[in-house]
Amino acid sequence: MNLNLTLIGQAIAFAVFVFFCMKYVWPPVTQALAERQKKIADGLDAASRATRDLELAQEKASETLRESKDEAARIIEQTHKRSNQMIEEARENARAEGERMVAQARAEITQEINQAKDELRGQVASLAVIGAERILESSIDEAKHRELIDKLAAEL
Amino acid sequence: MAGNNPSSSEYIRHHLQNLTFGNHPEHGWSMAHNAQEATDMGFWAIHLDTMGWSIGLGLIFLFVFRKVAKTATTGVPSGLQNFVELMVEFVDQSVRETFHGRSRLIAPLSLTIFCWIFLMNVMDLIPVDWLPGVAAKVGEMFGADPAHVFFKVVPSTDINATLGMSLSVFALIIFYSIRVKGLKGFVAELTLHPFNTPNKLAQIALIPVNFLLEFVTLIAKPISLALRLFGNMYAGELIFILISLVGIWQLPLHFPWAVFHILVITLQAFIFMMLTIVYLSMASEDH
Repeated sequence: MNLNLTLIGQAIAFAVFVFFCMKYVWPPVTQALAERQKKIADGLDAASRATRDLELAQEKASETLRESKDEAARIIEQTHKRSNQMIEEARENARAEGERMVAQARAEITQEINQAKDELRGQVASLAVIGAERILESSIDEAKHRELIDKLAAEL
Repeated sequence: MAGNNPSSSEYIRHHLQNLTFGNHPEHGWSMAHNAQEATDMGFWAIHLDTMGWSIGLGLIFLFVFRKVAKTATTGVPSGLQNFVELMVEFVDQSVRETFHGRSRLIAPLSLTIFCWIFLMNVMDLIPVDWLPGVAAKVGEMFGADPAHVFFKVVPSTDINATLGMSLSVFALIIFYSIRVKGLKGFVAELTLHPFNTPNKLAQIALIPVNFLLEFVTLIAKPISLALRLFGNMYAGELIFILISLVGIWQLPLHFPWAVFHILVITLQAFIFMMLTIVYLSMASEDH
């Protein structure tokens, strides 16, 4: 239990240990701790930011989806309308064409009838002339004439 | 393990004697062969066991912590790094709560104090005969009388060790006091408190009284710091030695005392650290 040099030796050892600890142990450890703290804080920050971004993106995606659906519906509707219109037009055209063809046929028929009538008229005239000639050639017999005229009329 | 040849008191005395190397008035620089020779050496002697164990334990502490500090990652820490970080954060928090100034020294100082004293105290848990027995055998091999090979393995049961640390802390207290308050402030603190009057003459008359009170307060800090640790450890060690004297019954006695002592050694290391922080924060506070 003697106080002796050990006291001083111990004090020196103590001082050296404290110095070493202060110089080489404490700073790296506390620095690592502080850095990890910062890293964790940053990580949490990033996570919350990412969650917010995700929410935003989801919102945007659903909006885009809705818009494209609307657009598609609009396009389909327009197409329907257009096709109906085209069918209508085609039908209209066909009808007009048919009418036109009917009218033309009718005109042609009328023309042919008229032509036939004209021809007939000519033939009747020539027949009448021929009949008259024959009548004039033969004797004038009323009975005979009557018969002749009837025959003429029948030829008409 | 009460030996058959040494008596109980001899056994106890043997266990409480340090391995001393010093300047004996008759034999010159030599190992002390008994307590009387160690006492005769006076101040110029050194306790080799205390120095060896304390420095060895300090190196273990620094080696472990330095190893972790070198490879400290900011990622997921490994087991040892977890432990070191736990210690560092525990000490850092204790310092933060108590010491309000800014100092790069206080926290590592506290960490060193806590870990080092804890390791020194832990030596108390090693059965009292093991290491001295090994030392006696080694001494015998080198031709020394085993009865004269003293070996005390717990450095904190040596008043020199605890006083050496507490005096270092005392030096820091004075250093901080003077740095924060200036030499004048420090002297004023010692002489103008606690009795203070506006009357100049009465004040001068009160200076010796104040100084006496304040000086005792100041000097009590390192003394109490050293004696508290020393006393607790010395008493614990003594009880371990006494327990080891009772033969076969030492086992059921040794175990509960060792368990209880775990609390004591941790607590004493913590108290030494906390009081150091408190004293230094008091020293660096200007009132």
